[in-house]
Order: sequence, then structure tokens, then C-alpha cells
Amino acid sequence: MLRYTLRRLLWMIPIVLGVAILVFTLMTFCPGDPAQILLSGSATDEDIQALRDNLGLNDPYLVRLGNFLGNTFLKFDLGSSWMTKVAIKDEIATRLPRTFTLGIISLLISVAVGIPLGIIAAVNQGRLGDNIATALALIGASIPGFWLALLLILLFSVKLNWLPSMGIGGVKYYILPALTGCTYGIATLTRQTRSSMLDVIRSDYITTARSKGVSELHVITRHALKNALIPIITVVGTHFGMMLGGQMITETIFSIPGMGSYIIGGVNQRDYPVVQIGSIFLAIVFSLSMLVVDLLYAAADPRIKARYSQSAKRKVKTK
Amino acid sequence: MTEYQMKASLNQGKVRKSSEFLRVLKQLSYNKIAMFGLILFILELVLCLLSPVIAPYDYAAMDVIHMNETPSAAHWFGTDDLGRDILTRILFGGRYSITMSLLSVVVSLIFGVVIGSVAGYFGGWVDNVIMRILDIIQSLPGMLLTIVVSAALGNGYLNTVMALSVNGIPAQARMLRAQMMRVRGSEYVEAAQSINCSQVRIIAKHLFPNSFSPLIVQASMAIANRITMCSSLSFLGLGVQPPAPEWGAMLSGARQYIRDYPHMVIFPGLAIAVTVLALNLMGDGLRDALDPRLKR
Repeated sequence: MLRYTLRRLLWMIPIVLGVAILVFTLMTFCPGDPAQILLSGSATDEDIQALRDNLGLNDPYLVRLGNFLGNTFLKFDLGSSWMTKVAIKDEIATRLPRTFTLGIISLLISVAVGIPLGIIAAVNQGRLGDNIATALALIGASIPGFWLALLLILLFSVKLNWLPSMGIGGVKYYILPALTGCTYGIATLTRQTRSSMLDVIRSDYITTARSKGVSELHVITRHALKNALIPIITVVGTHFGMMLGGQMITETIFSIPGMGSYIIGGVNQRDYPVVQIGSIFLAIVFSLSMLVVDLLYAAADPRIKARYSQSAKRKVKTK
Repeated sequence: MTEYQMKASLNQGKVRKSSEFLRVLKQLSYNKIAMFGLILFILELVLCLLSPVIAPYDYAAMDVIHMNETPSAAHWFGTDDLGRDILTRILFGGRYSITMSLLSVVVSLIFGVVIGSVAGYFGGWVDNVIMRILDIIQSLPGMLLTIVVSAALGNGYLNTVMALSVNGIPAQARMLRAQMMRVRGSEYVEAAQSINCSQVRIIAKHLFPNSFSPLIVQASMAIANRITMCSSLSFLGLGVQPPAPEWGAMLSGARQYIRDYPHMVIFPGLAIAVTVLALNLMGDGLRDALDPRLKR
């Protein structure tokens, strides 16, 4: 198990390098000259050229790529933003925790609400509770996140004046962004939990457990849910990834200074270093969360755990 | 086996195959909710495509006297900050949002098919290289990748379609590859190789038709997600640019008036939500129809 985890962690190094090259290459294709944007309209051509030299924009692609990769991965020098001149390292140190906190809160709410709701729907299949839960989940899965954010602002900030609509501060500031983030998660988790519970709930071992006189709660949580868990974990994992992306827009709407608004600002201002480093960090968080999902598979299903350790052993033997 | 019997068995194979597809359609048509979703989506598509004919106003016509009006008989969904009719703009906007999403799904399907079949057929190091590149692409959150690609390609209709499709390519390619791997070992492929079929022909004529159907399902389920992505992009100021009436762009413009004129924010978003809902209803039905356990 440990060997498997280590192998996956090592494998992340080439992946992150690949992401760095990919994003760097994409940014060089961006139309618009960063130097021109930085200097605003009144700058002369000489000024622009001098700045381009200074930023290294006039070097050939491969030289710039080499410099970027060398600085980032060998010297661990993340550079600083072209726009604000603030070191990216410091920005990320304050921004990444905010993004991560918001993501985790949304995820926890999604799991805490979505899975029980799905179980209730599956247990009452075809009855009123099921229909209400399924309809709500369908609506929740269909509302685009940024529109939901605007509607929440409209209701809670503009009409009721209960919650702040932008910025950060106390817990109050995180309520609306978290609600925005978790709605889609609750919806998809309810749908997935319902359908995978329905898959197992008619199995023979459920009938056996019931006929043994096991309490209904125990049957549902221990016998049914445990076997229905694998597809649910998959949805949790993919949802976390989608949320990291979707949260970029949520952060922009609520003016939360997190990673998402940082990167989107960087894209709009052609602030290449910000976009490159920001994307690398998001990719690392994303890959780590995927690893956690795979480890959760193993925790949920001993058969998968056995496969992981087996494949690790086989690798050793062939070497 | 006589010639006649062989022909008969061949025909049988054909008949069974087409009936499989018909069965799915038939199953889908029994599902009233799914049909409702399908009809709603087609209705919306037709209304949007007909928008130059049926729209009550010109989508770019400004009207200083009727600025920021709430819904009324003359303007069903009200007017925006420049006095433009919101209903008209939503109808025209659908032409962008819906067609871009559909096109981008087709583009990812095409790229996914090419990449997936190459990886699946050749296997070995070709497969390895392709899969590792897909790993890299998939290790970026989808929205982030779409935003960066969209920034790199620039604005405009076709560029945005391309940016939207990049995100969907890896999933399609992976699925086709897995299907290909399954059928690659079949006897009819070996037979084709033994009579010196070219590799392109084997891929196109033998492997591909036998591994295609899950991709269509995946693609049709991706449309809903693509509509949201498309409007998110223009909401951020990438993708289609104002004054083009794309739904996300309309929301982005209306955002600053949320305090005083909420109707400007509500209607374009409602258009997105209804479209996505219709597609989700249809997707659910399709999934049920394809589930072998629910076969009647």
C-alpha cells in the first residue's frame, strides 16, 4: 500500500513537469503583448522593446521554457507577478489556503447532505420522498454555478441584506460561496448515491441480512452502503476536480482573493508567470486529490486494496 | 454450412445489430420524462434557429426611451441597460450557446476517435505516449484548461468551440481506446490481418464500428456540461464577445445592475438552466435505456 502511494507520488513529478510545459506553451500563443499591456497606451516602441528584453520575451521559445523550468523546478524560484511585482510565492501562501478551505467546506457539505439524501431516496424508491429528492437533485445539477451565485447574492445580500456579497472576512463571507460550490455536489451525489444504492439494495445478501433480523439501519449503512460506495467515491473525486475549476468563477464573482481569481486575473492581464505557477499548484492539488480518491477505493474495497499491493509486488519481481 | 445458411446467419447478425439500436430508441420513447426533455430541447433549438424570423425586435437595436424596463406585454422579459429586448437577445443567444456546445461535442468526438483508435490499435509505446499526454491534460481542472486554451486561441466563435472541445477529448479517447482493446483480440480482426487488410481499413471498418456506441452516449451526455462551460467562458469575458448576445455574456453585462434590475440577471440564467435541465432529463433516460439490467 505504501509502495503504491510512493509510486503514485513519484509519478506526479513528470505530470507536473508536463503541465508546466503545456501551460507555458499555451501562454506563449496568447494574442496580445504583455509588455504593451503593462506599459499602457502612451509608451513608445523603445520602451516596449526594452521591457520585452527585460522580461525575456524576446528570447527564443526554448530558451524561455528552459529558464522557466530551471527557475521553477531546480532553484524553486517562483518569480513575481509582472503586474503587481509581488512575489508569487507570497501570494500563493495566502491564496491557496483560502481556495482549499472553500473547496473542502463545499465538499464536506456536499457529502454530508448528498449521500444521506440519496440513501433516503433509494430506500423510499417511487414514493413522495424519493420524487422530491430526485427532482431537487435534477434541478440542482442543472443550475449553472455562476448564475446560482448571482441569485444567492440577489436574495441574501440585496433583498434580505443578511450576508455580504463580496470580499473576505469572517465566516459570514464564506457562506454564499460555499452554498454555490456545494449545490452541484449535493445534486450529483444524491443522484449517484440513489442509483448505486438501488443497484445493491435488491441483492440476496441484503435479503439475508434482513431475514437474520439485522436492524434496518444496520442493513442500510453496513450492508448496502458499503457495497454501493465505489461509484460514489468516484463522483466525489471528479466533483472535487470540477469544483476546483468552477470555484475559479465563484471566487471572481464573490471577489475572494484565492487561486482562481488570481489565475483568471493573470489570464486577462497576460501575466504569464502568475498563470503558469498558479496552474501548476492547482494541478498538484488536483493530482493529490485524485490519489486520495484511489486510496479511498482501497479503504472501501479490500479487493482493490489487494490489487494495488499485488501490482506493486509484480513490478518489483520483474525488475 | 451451405451458402444459403451462411447468408441467413449473416443477415441475422445484421438484423440483430440494427434492432439493438432501435431497442434503445424504443426504450427511450417509453420514458415520458426523457421524451419531455428531448422535445423541450428540440423546441428550444428550433426557436433559437428561427430567431431572425420570430424574434419581436432586433437583438442589437438600442432604445433609449425603454431602458431597464421590467417585463411587460411589449417586452416579455424586459429590456436591458441599452433598451435592448431581453427575449430577443435570449433567442439569438441560444444560437451561440447551443450550436457552440453541439459543435464542440462533435469536435471532441472526432479528435477523441482519432487519438483513441490510434492508441487502442497500436498499443505499446504509441499507446503509452498518448496516454501519458492525456494524463497531463486531465491533471488540470477542466475549467482551468478551457480558460487557458481559450485565452491562447483568442476570441471568436470557432476558437471558442475549439477551446471548449479540448477538455472533452481525453475522456472520449480513453473510452474508445478501452473499447478498441476489447475488440482488438477478436477473431475477425485476426482474419482481416491475415488477408493483408491495411491498418487504416482494419481500424475504420472493423474496430471502429464495434466500439463506437458508448462514445455517442458519452458525447450526448456531455452537451449539458458544455452549455454551462460555454456560458461560463463568456461570463468571464473570454469566448464570444459582447455585443453578441451569448447567454453568459448577457449575464456578465447584467451583473452590475443586479441591485436595481434583477430581471436582467434572472432571464438569461433561466435560459441556461432550462436547456441544461432538458438535456439532463434526456441523458438520464438514455442511460436507463442503455442499461442492460433494465431491459424489458
